[in-house]
Amino acid sequence: MRVLLQHPRRETEIKGPKTVGQLLKRLELLPEAVLVLRGDELITEDEALKEEDTIEIRPVISGG
Amino acid sequence: MPRHNTSVCGACLNDYVVEQVKRAIKDHTMFERDDRILVAVSGGKDSLSLWDILMRLGYDTAGLHIQQGIGDYSEESHRKTVAFAQSRGAELIVHSLKEEEGAGVLELADLTDRSPCSACGVMKRYNFNKIAREREFDVLATGHNLDDEASRLLGNVLRWQEDYLAKQSPALPATHEKFVKKVKPLYRLAEREITAYAVVNKIDYVIEECPMSVGSKMLVNKEVLNRLETDAPGTKQAFYFGFLERQKQTNLSLEDEKIQSCTRCGQPTTATICSYCRILEKVKTAP
Repeated sequence: MRVLLQHPRRETEIKGPKTVGQLLKRLELLPEAVLVLRGDELITEDEALKEEDTIEIRPVISGG
Repeated sequence: MPRHNTSVCGACLNDYVVEQVKRAIKDHTMFERDDRILVAVSGGKDSLSLWDILMRLGYDTAGLHIQQGIGDYSEESHRKTVAFAQSRGAELIVHSLKEEEGAGVLELADLTDRSPCSACGVMKRYNFNKIAREREFDVLATGHNLDDEASRLLGNVLRWQEDYLAKQSPALPATHEKFVKKVKPLYRLAEREITAYAVVNKIDYVIEECPMSVGSKMLVNKEVLNRLETDAPGTKQAFYFGFLERQKQTNLSLEDEKIQSCTRCGQPTTATICSYCRILEKVKTAP
């Protein structure tokens, strides 16, 4: 699947993870520090992902 | 929402967020129904969401945006803030540091040997207060959330900065005739919950982080707290809300702080000449 990341903005292809929780573990990201979107839809950690999905991982932390 | 051991739909998230803000306003008597509220808006998720929520609740608000002059980041922040205000027909006051003070944050930091975040903080606090007073607003509202407050508390406790601990409150009264009351109606909401609110309500905010905040203590503290939160949901809330409970029972008091008028500009300060005037002096004498 295609995964869009921020800070810095970049894109990567990930194979294998079946759920959002597994994807975050694979990317070593804390669930508390991000939101995961498929299109405009927020998805939860137990949501199943498909190979053809495009997933955006949006950081929620700001330092200002 | 792990700290509540639940997942919610968009409509329920909105109800939850609005209820938490209403409770914050009530619990700390932040403002009354007929007060005029100046909302400090950066263009980020927190401040735009706060403004959105206060308008949704029917409060009389205007936004105040400080243009910091930090390259493309500030340009985009300004653009998104203006677009948000226009889309809702809301009043927006824009204050440009380059136009009004003669230099943006980066130049001010260079001239004064301060960090950009320190120079930015002085400029924002000064102008928020001054503009709110001049334009006769009753209260200044900022978008600080639970993560901001827990992170700040962690920093203050690690260095035992008791003077800062006394001032860390969701509502700061006007302790001088030239101070405006300051409130943080989002303090009950986690950063993740506010971001979800912004996404669900299609608020177009600046996703990019301020380039000056990379590696800041605030971000490090937030990461530490998020590791704890992941292991034990509710940690941030227990830490900050527990502090607020204990703060009520201690002698930490704002009244001990001696506020006087700056001999240059007349604005309230704890020094003879305020930080803002000391920075501006460097701008005026710069080659």
